[in-house]
Amino acid sequence: MSRARITLDAEARARLAAAYPEALAPSPAQRLRMIAIVAALAGMAMFGFWRLDFNLDRIGSGLVQLGHFLTLMIPPDPGTQLPLYIHALGETLAIAFLGTLLGALVAFPFGFLAAKNVIPNIFAHFAVRRLLDTVRGVDRLIWALIFVTVVGLGPFAGILAIATASFAELGKLFSEAVEALDRKPVEGIVSTGGSEVEAVRFGMLPQVLPVLASQLLYYFESNARQSTIVGIVGAGGLGLHLAEQIRVLEWQKVSFLILMMLVMVAVIDFISSRLRFSIIGKTRLEP
Amino acid sequence: MAHAVTRLPDAQLAPMLAAYEAAVRERRRHSFIAAAVVTVCIALAAWMGEVKPGVLFANAGRLTTYFASIVPTLRWDSLGADLAEWYWNLDHWLKLLLDTILIAYLGTLIGGIGAFFLCFLACANLVRSRIIRLAARRYLEFCRTVPELVFALLFVVAFGLGPMPGVLALAIHTMGALGKLFAEVVENIDMNPVEGAIAAGASWPKMVRFAVVPQVTSNFASYGLLRFEINVREASIMGFVGAGGIGQDLVEAIRKFYYSDVSAILLLIIAAVMIIDLVTEQVRHRLLGVGGGR
Repeated sequence: MSRARITLDAEARARLAAAYPEALAPSPAQRLRMIAIVAALAGMAMFGFWRLDFNLDRIGSGLVQLGHFLTLMIPPDPGTQLPLYIHALGETLAIAFLGTLLGALVAFPFGFLAAKNVIPNIFAHFAVRRLLDTVRGVDRLIWALIFVTVVGLGPFAGILAIATASFAELGKLFSEAVEALDRKPVEGIVSTGGSEVEAVRFGMLPQVLPVLASQLLYYFESNARQSTIVGIVGAGGLGLHLAEQIRVLEWQKVSFLILMMLVMVAVIDFISSRLRFSIIGKTRLEP
Repeated sequence: MAHAVTRLPDAQLAPMLAAYEAAVRERRRHSFIAAAVVTVCIALAAWMGEVKPGVLFANAGRLTTYFASIVPTLRWDSLGADLAEWYWNLDHWLKLLLDTILIAYLGTLIGGIGAFFLCFLACANLVRSRIIRLAARRYLEFCRTVPELVFALLFVVAFGLGPMPGVLALAIHTMGALGKLFAEVVENIDMNPVEGAIAAGASWPKMVRFAVVPQVTSNFASYGLLRFEINVREASIMGFVGAGGIGQDLVEAIRKFYYSDVSAILLLIIAAVMIIDLVTEQVRHRLLGVGGGR
């Protein structure tokens, strides 16, 4: 199949350019803005590279090192520590599961408290929102570190850390879900003589529960990833072993642990996406 | 205004009531099974996770005293001096905070550029070859499944201590996360310009440049900004493993029980995160508004 090409002569080109100037060349102001944005981004990047002293020598030698490590990682091999790692995997799952659940339980009432249509008082609403923002501003690893100093080393600190971080994030998501719901069932219940509590129970809950459940599952997935790293500060799970094996340069064990992590996350993603579909039906989810 | 409620005869009502009861019983049974499964999971997880509520209750006091002791002593009559004492190391911390934000910025930028070039390869509507598509998807998946901190740990060993491994770790993770979001945006574009470009004889790169990119830039920028927000938070903990930023000082303060330093640094991080949240939210709303959204 041969393609016919339309070639324009110079005169036709000039005529078209005169007729549709904006299609062939953006206006100077637009072009200037584009250049300014790109220049600002690049300038900031240059400043960053300079300030964080990047240099090609280090990158080069680092890449060579990294390549060397990669060859040492194959094949992945747990050595004699397989039972220990399986136990750590169990701990990681427990941290993700209990952390998400505990966080959601605490977040649930806060989701209603932070919603404008449940608590019309602007000050209460504002205070709860800012509280959630403050807790959310602190990364879960920092929470893990704090809880390690409070309840001691071990997975329990990890559970509390994941729960605290999930509480703030889920609280915000829950309140948004509550604010987005349909007023009509609530009005129906109030008009037939239902009390405020009954309006929440029968008018709001049935609408928000599926949304909350799917968000909960989504957070379980993301927490499964996060709970692998809380071990780095001593809060239990795979991260503890991973950090240790990287420090002593046991690359085969490192690659085995990373592989375990990947398999675990893939399995959890699979299960939770099946559950999510069964809860909310086959619609696309906005995370 | 009174409504007359018509009541069906009992003979007609009975089967409907029975059906309703059966439906309710069925739902109750499902909920019961779900509750039982969840309970078993909780018990298993509590056993695995060494949950000791006793420890928590015994140490609950410690948690409150911990938070009480990180609150600095501020007296009204010597407020200035107290504040100065609380933020005694402010210059140093601000420099570290700047480093942290730069780590997040560079990580987002490098990762975003990588994601930009990879996302078009992972789209079913632009790439015919299954192999290229699957390879791109698996690679992005790998990048976002391995946590940043694991990459940071590896890179610290390979590249040495400092902010550089932190930037690279963030960049790789960002590439995976943004690549997936970008690919979803590209899969939802209007295909007419693509067909037009191909019909006019454009090569694949030209088709992407002139038919796809103009449709997606505003969404890409919006996702990039969202990721920058997340990365600022992540960059604040890179110091935990020696990968630069303010985390190094924070971890030291927490481990060595420099109580007022902990609250000072935490407040700095929270303030920075909140300001960046607000600014990027404004920019994102304008981007999506001006760009016409999806």
